[in-house]
Amino acid sequence: MSLKHDIEFTLNGVKRRVQVDVTMNALAMLRDVIGLTGTKYGCGEGECGACTIQVDGVSLNSCLMFAVDCDGREVTTIEGLANDPQADALRDAFVEHGAVQCGFCTPGMVMQADHILHKHEHPDEGCVKRGLEGNLCRCTGYKKIVDAVVACGATEK
Amino acid sequence: MTELKHYYAPTSLDQAVECLKDGDVTILAGGTDLTPQSQAGRIKFKHTLMNIRHIPQLSGITLEGDEIRIGALATITEIMEHPLVKQHLPVLVEACDHFASDQIRNAGTIGGNICNASPAGDTLIPLLVLDARVELASMPEDKLYRHSMPLSTFFVGPGKTRKSLCELVTGVRIPVPAANHVARFYKLGTRPALDISTISIGVAGCLNGGVLSQVRVAFGAVAPTPVRAEQTEQALEGKPLDAATIEKAAAIARDEVHPIDDVRASAWYRKEMIHNITKRILGHVAQA
Repeated sequence: MSLKHDIEFTLNGVKRRVQVDVTMNALAMLRDVIGLTGTKYGCGEGECGACTIQVDGVSLNSCLMFAVDCDGREVTTIEGLANDPQADALRDAFVEHGAVQCGFCTPGMVMQADHILHKHEHPDEGCVKRGLEGNLCRCTGYKKIVDAVVACGATEK
Repeated sequence: MTELKHYYAPTSLDQAVECLKDGDVTILAGGTDLTPQSQAGRIKFKHTLMNIRHIPQLSGITLEGDEIRIGALATITEIMEHPLVKQHLPVLVEACDHFASDQIRNAGTIGGNICNASPAGDTLIPLLVLDARVELASMPEDKLYRHSMPLSTFFVGPGKTRKSLCELVTGVRIPVPAANHVARFYKLGTRPALDISTISIGVAGCLNGGVLSQVRVAFGAVAPTPVRAEQTEQALEGKPLDAATIEKAAAIARDEVHPIDDVRASAWYRKEMIHNITKRILGHVAQA
């Protein structure tokens, strides 16, 4: 029997109480225990960024985080950005610039882009490129994604 | 073969080191290495998994006397953005800037980077040239016992350190460098992000009228541990940093390292790069 532990944390603004396997990562908890499948499993070892979420205001790879380590913390996933004005602007910018092709990397890209835009008011291209280094996209060639984030940051908030 | 039986998240240092007394504990901090290593089966969990996140004594970056103390739980991002580190330890900021990706820098801790003891650990080379000491805590009897040791003696092999199973790394202490201190770091890899160093080089010392003293040179990914290059240091100590000294030191550096062939590079290439980049960095230091 695998060891279980009860944790309580805030997920997308709502208090959640769940029981998780102690060895489970946060990505598996989100997808398989809670059922939020917007966060994607890409590589499982922190190379691709498809599983990017925000915890206590910073972005990280949910595949590299223990689910039990969510205890007492504030977790935001792509689903949590659905009602966020800045994220709306980011989504519109992605659409406008054609920054989505197959869409698999998109939730991670948007979570990381949202973090970049919280940290830097008007990020330039270099800043966005550095910020997105940990997110892989095999379709777009990145230019449209970078353009979308720069354009979103350039508009007045 | 033990099996994972307990999960424990202590809220004080005393609780943590008491838990470590039996030595049968896997320590969790940022989790960026433990997660993939354990899921791939390369690390087996011990009896207890202890999450040290909630221990206040392990956090923070502070100036204590003439030392900067970085708590073991400080993330790579916290370190590179901290005013004290930016002011006094720019070489550490430089290394942090080349560390993995933003997501990993936001989660990974300096304590974890030290304890993983990777020969290619990105923060270890600047920490070595900055004369960092590792802080350790344990509870040999019923009282908290704390001591420190030079980072240069801490590593014994890939993933192996002189930390006993009953000890916890609580932080790292770095002497505030003198005003004429210069330090440089270079990481060679195939891309800036998420790459494990092919080699990395750190050089530091005090520069007085073109002469380098208290020289520290360290290399990553050329030996089973991050290493200080003592012969190269001696070739530079007290000498005017001119072209002849630099060429001689770079040649000594090439002979001093004994890297291996692996997926990232051949031993020959690593030795050549140690020579070329040591020479390049020393050239930059000479112009500082």
